[in-house]
Amino acid sequence: MPDGGIGAPTKRREDTRFLTGRGKYTDDITPQNTSYCAFARSQVANGKINSIDTSQATKMPGVLAAFTGEDFVEVGSNPAGWLINSRDGEPMKEPKRPVLAHGKVRHVGDAYAAVVAETLEQAMDAVEAIEADIDELDAVVDMASAVADPGTLVHDEIETNICFDWGWIEDNRAATDEAIKNAPHVTTLELVNNRLVPNALEPRASIGEYDPGTGDYKLTTTSQNPHLSRLLVSAFVLGIPENKLTVLAPDVGGGFGSKIYHYGEEALVLAAAKKLGRPVKWTATRTESFLSDAHGRDHVTKIELACEKDGSFIAFRTETLANVGAYLSNFSTATPTFLHGTLMAGNYTVPNVYVNVKAVFTNTAPVDAYRGAGRPEATFSLERVIDKCARELGIDPVEIRRKNFIKKDQYPFATAAGLEYDSGDYDALMDGLEKVADFAGFEARRAASAKEGKLRGLGINSYVEACGIAPSNLVGILGARVGLYDAATVRVNPTGNISVMVGAHSHGQGHETAFPQIVADMLGVDAQTVDIVHGDTSKIPFGMGTYGSRSLAVCGSAVFRATEKVIRKATLIAAHMLEDSPENIEFSDGVFAIKGTNKTVGFGDVALKAYIPHDYPIDAIEPGLEETAFYDPANFTYPSGAYASEVEVDPETGKVTVCSMVALDDFGVVVNPMIVTGQVEGGLAQGIGQALLENGVYDENGQLLSGSFMDYAMPRADDLPSFVVDHSNETRCTHNPIGSKGCGEAGAIGSPPTIVNAVVDALARGGHDVDHIDMPVSPSRVWAAMNP
Amino acid sequence: MYDFDLVLPASVAEAAAAMKADGAQALGGGQTLLPTMKQRLASPEVLVNLSGLSELVGVSSASGTLSVGGATTHAQVASEASDFPGLADLANHIGDPAVRNRGTIGGSLANNDPAACYPAGALGAGATIVTDKREISADDFFVDLFETALEEGEIVTGVNFPIPDVSNYQKFVQPASRFALVGVFVARFGSTVRVAVTGASNGGVFRWSDAEAALSKDFSADAVNGLAIAADDLIADLHGSAEYRAHLIGVLTRRAVQAAS
Repeated sequence: MPDGGIGAPTKRREDTRFLTGRGKYTDDITPQNTSYCAFARSQVANGKINSIDTSQATKMPGVLAAFTGEDFVEVGSNPAGWLINSRDGEPMKEPKRPVLAHGKVRHVGDAYAAVVAETLEQAMDAVEAIEADIDELDAVVDMASAVADPGTLVHDEIETNICFDWGWIEDNRAATDEAIKNAPHVTTLELVNNRLVPNALEPRASIGEYDPGTGDYKLTTTSQNPHLSRLLVSAFVLGIPENKLTVLAPDVGGGFGSKIYHYGEEALVLAAAKKLGRPVKWTATRTESFLSDAHGRDHVTKIELACEKDGSFIAFRTETLANVGAYLSNFSTATPTFLHGTLMAGNYTVPNVYVNVKAVFTNTAPVDAYRGAGRPEATFSLERVIDKCARELGIDPVEIRRKNFIKKDQYPFATAAGLEYDSGDYDALMDGLEKVADFAGFEARRAASAKEGKLRGLGINSYVEACGIAPSNLVGILGARVGLYDAATVRVNPTGNISVMVGAHSHGQGHETAFPQIVADMLGVDAQTVDIVHGDTSKIPFGMGTYGSRSLAVCGSAVFRATEKVIRKATLIAAHMLEDSPENIEFSDGVFAIKGTNKTVGFGDVALKAYIPHDYPIDAIEPGLEETAFYDPANFTYPSGAYASEVEVDPETGKVTVCSMVALDDFGVVVNPMIVTGQVEGGLAQGIGQALLENGVYDENGQLLSGSFMDYAMPRADDLPSFVVDHSNETRCTHNPIGSKGCGEAGAIGSPPTIVNAVVDALARGGHDVDHIDMPVSPSRVWAAMNP
Repeated sequence: MYDFDLVLPASVAEAAAAMKADGAQALGGGQTLLPTMKQRLASPEVLVNLSGLSELVGVSSASGTLSVGGATTHAQVASEASDFPGLADLANHIGDPAVRNRGTIGGSLANNDPAACYPAGALGAGATIVTDKREISADDFFVDLFETALEEGEIVTGVNFPIPDVSNYQKFVQPASRFALVGVFVARFGSTVRVAVTGASNGGVFRWSDAEAALSKDFSADAVNGLAIAADDLIADLHGSAEYRAHLIGVLTRRAVQAAS
């Protein structure tokens, strides 16, 4: 086994530069002669643009150009990546999303003009000199009224605020309705999955460049997905040929989904660079991030669970209003549908599932995938209603879940929500949880808390998610407009060190450390001799980016396949060098040998031979040692987990303190357990943030009330307990070569229902009959629930 | 941020002179003013920096009074106001270490943020705010939200706190800003008790006279039981209703008395 192969807890090599201030982010890059862009953004949520006058602004010192929506009438618009059909077969409503607002502004922060100047301050001054004549209209904010009383429309041309009214699976609807009607017990719960503002540490930023000598464009941008940006800018928005556009995503300081998508600012800086023949740079202020990054979640759901008196599940049925905001962001239509409805069977053998989702336009920032993307919403609904059901029936919450778990001998298991889970062992996770979280000791801890005047509760959760996004054939049927494979090139350099060009983009996931571990493991070389190249469309073969816990399962599998090809070719060369036939050559630990002999040649010598092909069968084997693979998964991967948390509630103030959080996950094969632990812990922090603190709130006029860190509560270290994270219960993914399932989102999926279940449990044990408290479970909400 | 001129006075007298300029604004630790300027929500033409003035920095105590220079940071008060532990503890829980190492008592009082901690400490202790022109009792100093008795150009040079027999500040944080959602400062001087509440009122920091009367008779947590404060003029926002704040005032007052007893 070489140093740092699969399974090694290697320290993240990228941290050397991140922790010593040597990271290079988009805003750190300033090409020669850079000019600066600032945007004029709507201060009203809904408004008719009568005129935008930039004449004064363009006379201001240093101003080079000003742009309005008029300048982009002739170009395309930023499309949704998935076409969803409504229950009646009608395709979703897909209003245009222009580079700059034209005709109407549709949310606070909607950009309607931009100025480019010699300095940022000059650009900002000039933005203030733009005269915008905008009539404020009533705002569409509340989803229920947007649907029920469409007197005010976000998009007049579609004559409704409903983007689609989706049923999943429509053929199961009647049976599910019937099952619920006849069920001995039905538990109903209405809940809100609160809107979250992603708040990546690094705000969005973009630099557009244009070379008049060659006609080449370059976009340097904060992207999780540089090839998607290139595709959208090229094929949909500006029409720049893909071969004339390079998209670079250098170090990116967190994305959590918000940087998957193409945004109008990217097109603007490119168009401005072309017009001016100069680099044009824009970096969002924190306020712009709050107002214009794609937000997450924002579902209102009614869920029903029908079961036998013994707790055997018969059916789940949900009705959800999913906010898509003012425009369709790229993944916004997939998130509440195929990343949500398909998971609504959870970890259970429940025979009937029917999901209805109405996606609703509102005069708010676009909503799209955010860490977990649809799956946290599904898990939250399921695991909350299951807890309520258990309480109603007087069944232990662990028991009711175990009774309905898919058992380990039932895989592959086709769920009632249309997926086929390939592997898992939910009972093993729950067994482990009971021990690691010390359920047996809870009563003593509860009594100790009670002595301090605190109500202690224990909450649990089991989840399953769909990662490794995604099998192109399947998602194509479901409405995806792209394939969701990934690609990698493994380039063995003449001296034997290795560059791996990967389509996934690392912005916190540790790819620079983990991907080389795969190659090192397979080739028997030291991982330190392997580097990855990512975030540059001119260098890497292709890619669909990083999101949906897909990087290792999909792109890592492409790395695996490309490395296999390298081994196959190297085996041919080695066979030539060893003067035997390739069938007789075996390769292990970096050495080719004739089977059963001590005749060997090392991988490094083979690599050198490939590049100095003297005495080389040039008619049979090409020189060089570089292979590319595209990997398209056969199925989603299905990570799962069992979580437990204990909380204390201060009955006088309603304040919730998280005392413990235990996360047992099955991620399949773990390549770097240290990185995985970090990913889970980050996810737990985000999940606890959602459960207790974070809330994107608009007032009735569409003003974002929590539009700064003064009102939007991010989790801090002292809001969090010491985590217990365990991913030893692994069942291999059966269909990808590494056996990994994905770990990036798990913590944010499993923790919110765990926390809320624990709070409700604490209140119940304190004698308070509280069914549910919506997130964030803030002190004031807990107090109000206790004092109805 | 818009352009501005920065004046670095060598003395309070120079600072006072500089404050006469059009659009002049005193700069303490800048923990509110600078972020506001960065957002282009404030545009002073001249900033007069007080935080470098050594004559405005320091904590001393003599004959029952703790004196704090106007440009003294929260961190310095936290570590040096040991003769008035209730105040030191209050200072030690303002913001985070970065804020405490930059923010000043004069800046906080002059700003009079309705959720700031120092106004509760000053009003609860019955402090005297000293300026370059006069002395103002805390009871007269806090006028309304972000409004004080300070006149144009007037500089807070120091604060004199009568040191109570016992005192305590209870702060229930707003989870995002970690300002006080409600903060209650209780101070007992002999048989006289003062109770000041921050974070809760639409009018800014205020004294809870019913609690003061009850606690002056019987300085025990139970004395506050049954007292209710009207929610009518209290702040309601996404972090808590007026009723919740009214409830917290009672809880925190009891806890402050308990902690001080």
